Amino acid sequence: MNEGRKEIFQIAIVFVALVFITKLFFVQVLDDRYLQLADSNSILRQVEYPFRGLIYDRNHKLIVYNTPEYDLQVIVKDIKRLDSAKFCIYFNLTRVELREKFKELKSHKKEYSPVKPMNFIERLSNEDLAKIEDHLDEFPGFFVQARTTRAYTTSSLANALGYVSEISRDALKKDASGIYKQGDYIGQSGLELYYEKQLRGKRGLRFKLRDVKGIEKGAYNNGKYDTLSIPGEDLVSSIDLDLQMYGEKLMKGKAGSIVAIEPATGEILSLVSGPSYDPNLLTGKNYSLNFKSISSDTMKPLFNRPLMAQYRPGSIFKIVQALTALEEGVITPETRIRCDRTIINCHGDHSNEDLRGAIANSCNPYFFNVLRRMLNQNKANDPFKDTRIGLAEWNKHINSFGFGSHLGIDLPNEKDGLIPTPKYYDAAYKNRPWKFSNIYSIAIGEGENLVVPLQMANFVATVANRGFYYTPHLIKAIGKEGKPLPQFSEKHFTTVDSSYFRIAVDAMQKVVEAGTGQWYAKLPDVIVCGKTGTVQNEPVARDHSVFIAFAPKDNPKIAISVYVENAGQGAGAGASIASLMIEKYLFGKTRRPYIEDYVLAGKFIN
Amino acid sequence: MARDNEISGSIDWTTLLLFFVLVTLGWLNIFAAVYDENTNQSIFSLTSNSGRQLLFISASLLIGFAITIIDLRFYETFAYILYGLILFVLLLVPLIGKEVGGNKAWLGVGSFGVQPSEFAKCITALAVAKFIGSAGFRIDSLRNQAILFMLIGLPMAFILLQKDTGTALVFTSFVLVFFREGMSPFLLIVGICAAAIFILTLLVPNPIYLYVSIALILGALIFFEKRKKFKKIFLLTSGAILISGVIASVDYVVKDVLKPHQQNRIKALINPDADPLGFGWNVTQSKIAIGSGGFWGKGFLKGTQTKFDFVPEQSTDFIFCTIGEEHGWLGSILVIGLFSFLLLRIIYIAERQKNRFARSYGYSVACIFFFHFAVNIGMTIGLFPVIGIPLPFFSYGGSALWGFTILLFILLKLDAQRGQVLQRI
Repeated sequence: MNEGRKEIFQIAIVFVALVFITKLFFVQVLDDRYLQLADSNSILRQVEYPFRGLIYDRNHKLIVYNTPEYDLQVIVKDIKRLDSAKFCIYFNLTRVELREKFKELKSHKKEYSPVKPMNFIERLSNEDLAKIEDHLDEFPGFFVQARTTRAYTTSSLANALGYVSEISRDALKKDASGIYKQGDYIGQSGLELYYEKQLRGKRGLRFKLRDVKGIEKGAYNNGKYDTLSIPGEDLVSSIDLDLQMYGEKLMKGKAGSIVAIEPATGEILSLVSGPSYDPNLLTGKNYSLNFKSISSDTMKPLFNRPLMAQYRPGSIFKIVQALTALEEGVITPETRIRCDRTIINCHGDHSNEDLRGAIANSCNPYFFNVLRRMLNQNKANDPFKDTRIGLAEWNKHINSFGFGSHLGIDLPNEKDGLIPTPKYYDAAYKNRPWKFSNIYSIAIGEGENLVVPLQMANFVATVANRGFYYTPHLIKAIGKEGKPLPQFSEKHFTTVDSSYFRIAVDAMQKVVEAGTGQWYAKLPDVIVCGKTGTVQNEPVARDHSVFIAFAPKDNPKIAISVYVENAGQGAGAGASIASLMIEKYLFGKTRRPYIEDYVLAGKFIN
Repeated sequence: MARDNEISGSIDWTTLLLFFVLVTLGWLNIFAAVYDENTNQSIFSLTSNSGRQLLFISASLLIGFAITIIDLRFYETFAYILYGLILFVLLLVPLIGKEVGGNKAWLGVGSFGVQPSEFAKCITALAVAKFIGSAGFRIDSLRNQAILFMLIGLPMAFILLQKDTGTALVFTSFVLVFFREGMSPFLLIVGICAAAIFILTLLVPNPIYLYVSIALILGALIFFEKRKKFKKIFLLTSGAILISGVIASVDYVVKDVLKPHQQNRIKALINPDADPLGFGWNVTQSKIAIGSGGFWGKGFLKGTQTKFDFVPEQSTDFIFCTIGEEHGWLGSILVIGLFSFLLLRIIYIAERQKNRFARSYGYSVACIFFFHFAVNIGMTIGLFPVIGIPLPFFSYGGSALWGFTILLFILLKLDAQRGQVLQRI
């Protein structure tokens, strides 16, 4: 009677096991729906965007802060009976626009998911939100995601600060860190880009339970798995906001740049690029509209001239030549050279100056001869070869001042400038021979030389320091009590002995006291050392006006380079702006209204 | 010393090894189920489930050892006394017990508590086995059958008083033991048919289809019957009417007899997607967790669904989700394979016993384990309604582990000394 019953049990056991294994095969292996469901589970993951770090000026005045803005997001799966007529009224859309919005959502095939929150209308302001907030629960599936955007206390410093906007598809693809998600904000230029890592902070995540209707039912599991967002680090800039704003006022309506550096530290006090734009235009809902108009402006306000504009340096380069020649021993401070204007032109009333006099009067033939002595030291019999050896030696010195390659400021897109090397001339002359007589215009800062205003300012800071510099930088502290990046505490020495710098300093003092700078650069109560430069453009356009200076002579507090495009002689616009900036910084006010008016009027008639 | 050798020499090492493997895997899974990578808690920490489970496992090893050194005759001799005792305790539970998770099934002081119902399983198994093994027992005697059903019915009823439907249902598995001992399969078949019809009724939206199919099957049977005896036709027809009656009553049962949460569990089984965040939550989340494991699994401690509490009761009743999620299809096969192997081994052991007591006890063990295995895994993968019973050796909890250990080790003891039993008779 009981025969075969044992087998029934055995069969039952094996049968159940096989049913389980088969069912599991369907659920686990064949059906990958569950994996997706697991990732986007029925619990709402709410991203809490971190506060981006704030940026202060050197006196702890706030420059950049955050202000709330809102994205209207949608989970397509949760939309129920959308009343599109009502929706269009509340959100100020036409029916066509609404349809376009949905089409756009689905067009991003890879990112599109019906269960994932996706941006629907971006960057709503506080006022926009107030209008729609009460009606939001009439549209299940739609909700508001708060985050912050940048705001600025002034309309200054736009190019140095840079702007923040949504990460692009390409950047997202290239991002290997996995930190960024679609819709995240990222620094796109300036300090926002350079210090992105420090500023961005860490996003937080909140898990919220919601019921069948999509209404939140409080924190999931008492917030046990929630992570708080960590705000980004604040940055203390070396910028003096008052000086910066004053500089921008002076540069209004002009193209060019002002770079002011504290020589003892390399900290940048102001970085003016003219023309500029109001950084507030590149935040909020109208970002793309404004960006389009700013970037298509023919005056190129997005072009950060202090580090991107490569100019011929002009006569200020004579200081560099003097220092190099002294170090090479081809002249002494007492060396006198006749102002022979047959090969190269000159200006003013002088005939046979020593070094100081030549600098004060910016004598072209003097420096023509200085360079010849430097390049042709008779180290080879062949004049071509000799120039080659001389030029290579000269390059070594010039490069040690930070010319010819970018300095490494904490901003992106800094240009190298150009200091011609033997190789450069080989290429330029297509391997035909060249010698001093071919290349002499570099003697007076014309010819092939190109420098950016930042390099000029760094050079004058080097002179102020009598022979060394710290890489110019804009951020003096990461975190309120922090330090700058390590590379900015490193001293760079030039190849020129410090004693020669004292000679150059004396000469620059003379420039302001009795030379080309005496009319516009001289200040009461402080010794200003400077050098004018007039970069030739005529007859095509007006010359560029250049001035570099530092003050006071002993224990210098500020070194400055001013470059005003098409403003004529350096002794005019350049010297005026530089001296006003120095005065403003050292004394907190300016006492020469006629010079200020002259600059603000911007006519600069010689 | 001599006694130990005797035991170790004849104990079933295969079963013992399976026991150790299952308990160890269970322990690791309990660690994984609530593992939080931020706190980095040790698997041994007593503030965690895994640490406490290790204590329970140690205690179960002591219990197992004690069982093997207690005299063989104890179990059969004291079966009824223990049975009486456990019935008394079960009656006490609803009066003085404490409530945990909706069930008033716990007896205890302070934070330490035991579930007497877990021990009722093995004691009832002993009592049932003793009765079947008693002299003059005949399974076809109605009186004996009545006593058998009373033996399993009493603890079942008392446990139902504790509102612990799951554990109460476990006692129905004894019917399989009766079947093995020669009871007519009629009851079993009727039971299975009733369940099948019950589920069919729920699956088919309109019962009219069922009535029509029954009528068609009846017609066909009568048509093809060669010798159209009136008695047979009468039997078939009345059977069909009976089935139709069951169908008609299902609707009523579902709507009016079953409690709302029980109704929902059945609805969830049939169509979990109808309300995935409501009554379908458990099953849906459980399937998501298991399904997301894929072929290879996410890796030990790498699961997210179970740890983040998407799956409820992830350490106890839904522990299989952790296996499915972290070890995938392969891991699931391994666990199912181990259980099947254990079950077949228990059947094998039961069959080699020389008396009815030991054999029916062995079958009781097999049937209880089988019920837990089939119902627990069945519910996590959506093949069974959610019935809150643990997966042996895997689910977190002392009482259940000890109950299963006692069940298994008494069998091992009986098996080890089956030679002596023969001499005794």
